[in-house]
Amino acid sequence: MGKTLFDKVWEQHVVREITNGPTVLYIDRHFIHEVTSPQAFTGLKERGFQVFRPKQTIATADHNVPTYDQHLPIKNALSRKQVNALTENCKAYGIELYGLGHPYQGIVHVIGPELGITQPGMTIVCGDSHTSTHGAFGTIAFGIGTSEVQHVLATQTLLQCKPKTMRINVEGSLQNGVTAKDLILYIISKIGMGGATGYFVEYSGQAIRNLSMESRMTVCNMSIEMGARGGMIAPDMVTFEYMKNREFAPGGKAWEEMKTYWETLRTDADAVFDRELTFYGEDVAPMITFGTNPGMGIGVDETVPSREHGLNGETYSFDKSLSYMHIDAGTPLLGKKVNYVFIGSCTNGRIEDLRQVAQVVKGRKKASNITALVVPGSRQVEALARKEGIDKILEAAGFELRQPGCSACLAMNEDKIPKGEYCVSTSNRNFEGRQGPGSRTMLASPLTAAATAIKGYIADVRDII
Amino acid sequence: MKKFDTLISTVVPLAEENIDTDQIIPARFLKATTREGFGENLFRDWRFDDKGNMIENFPLNDNTYAGKILLAGKNFGCGSSREHAAWALFDYGYRVVVSSHFADIFKSNALNNGLLPVQVSEAFSETLFSSIEASPGMEIEVDLKAQLIKAPGMSISESFEINPFKKHCLLTGKDDFEFLLDHLDTIREFEKTSIYTLET
Ligand code: SF4
Repeated sequence: MGKTLFDKVWEQHVVREITNGPTVLYIDRHFIHEVTSPQAFTGLKERGFQVFRPKQTIATADHNVPTYDQHLPIKNALSRKQVNALTENCKAYGIELYGLGHPYQGIVHVIGPELGITQPGMTIVCGDSHTSTHGAFGTIAFGIGTSEVQHVLATQTLLQCKPKTMRINVEGSLQNGVTAKDLILYIISKIGMGGATGYFVEYSGQAIRNLSMESRMTVCNMSIEMGARGGMIAPDMVTFEYMKNREFAPGGKAWEEMKTYWETLRTDADAVFDRELTFYGEDVAPMITFGTNPGMGIGVDETVPSREHGLNGETYSFDKSLSYMHIDAGTPLLGKKVNYVFIGSCTNGRIEDLRQVAQVVKGRKKASNITALVVPGSRQVEALARKEGIDKILEAAGFELRQPGCSACLAMNEDKIPKGEYCVSTSNRNFEGRQGPGSRTMLASPLTAAATAIKGYIADVRDII
Repeated sequence: MKKFDTLISTVVPLAEENIDTDQIIPARFLKATTREGFGENLFRDWRFDDKGNMIENFPLNDNTYAGKILLAGKNFGCGSSREHAAWALFDYGYRVVVSSHFADIFKSNALNNGLLPVQVSEAFSETLFSSIEASPGMEIEVDLKAQLIKAPGMSISESFEINPFKKHCLLTGKDDFEFLLDHLDTIREFEKTSIYTLET
């Protein structure tokens, strides 16, 4: 029987298999950030251990940093302490840190790929669930807890049970105005929030192959929102084109050698998955969520479903969710007034996303009720946006371009959505209070977010472009 | 890690589905650099309103219920990988969470911290919810060795699955860390042929 892409990468990393138990899995690259690493370093210190392979861990400050005046000391004392702890730990253990002010700083899942650190066939982990983003390069990448961060620091391995495999085929092509974000929101709305728990997903099919690298990252990023351990896409020409000449990508002869290897990283024709699903690109409309989990999404021009048609058998929480959102079943969302728009995060904070926003808002102005925050995913994204004049377009439209970080995606810093306010957000989670206590998040693509900012209410980008 | 063997306790029922780790411990409380004290802010925005007043009918605040076992709706612990969620539950006093479905990362975080996730069938979960509603003082017994959850007073029971390795860890109080450290030589050996290892 043939092997799946997942099997091939997994087998390359098995240090030891334990009968009736988990596998000792080797980890090639480990990303750390200020929020989920301090206790891991403390654990290491307490037990008197060193970092086993410091060069294979890369650090950045992103979750808990301000998005303006980054050259000044962080105002919030606790945040400052946490960021300082990261700096000290990196220094003490010889770990490369792309901290505030460093030209490579940014959201972990944005900087790994853009620096060429993320490469096909790797195993990559980080104390952050959206580590699945890196799967777009054909890597096994997944989020871990802080105890496991400590395990990787000390041994460069983890104990893992092999997950089941699922393939999601997306055939056909996406329509005008429909993005990778809409596609993944659509898939999650069909599978449900826990629908892929226990599985590692491979995305394939025409519509996936036609996606750019950045769009593929958007898809893999949100795999966790349907419970999957991770998502991956087989590397191809699009992958290699993206990687070429990036800072840490191999060069010269090594590039050719690695490319030959990377080309073998695909699922064999006769491989069997534990579960297989097929969707069609043509069925996907611009999506928006109406509830408090990413599975509660509909086409932007549809009406909110009723509990009976409820989603994926999730009954208890349906009513609670709608009452939190202050949205009624059976009503349309188009035309609903919102006052906040957030563009950013590891889902949609890359240059392609900012370009899409710029394309919609160019020559237009945001509606007067709207506060529009644009937070680039990294310093490099910010620099490129400025170079391309996107900053000017955004400013002319009344959008505020900030400095990089997670920002209002999880609202650990000052960037919060006020209680009771709606925010159309390009991030990945619409949980209660995710963007600040009492905030009401509606997930959408950068195009839909931009169109909404221009109109001042939820808009269908297809009516504008 | 604290050992776990058998626990007999009353139960706190929390019927919501898809309880994500942002609810268990909201992001604004993750600024600490230690593992302690997260229990104080467990379910912060469900336990207290924005003025800091206790929301009385929330099960954790409701005097009808108490105990070291949390019974929750389907898909508990989804969302963020923050281990702080497991720390907060443990710190608050829970030793077992019962649900018909757990998110993967939460499950492994819980197991790494001596908090036992007991996955039961949906039917059993429903029976538990209705039994506890009818008699809130009812005790539940969780026996890890036998992999059995039962309500002694009511003659209902169900067996549950747990990875044998993880079971061993909980029963002995040993953790993954010690186990992996014993493998350093094997890991070094492995690295000799691994593609992406940098300077050893
Ligand atoms: S942008 Fe949001 S989802 Fe992504 S790593 Fe940061 S907090 Fe997590």
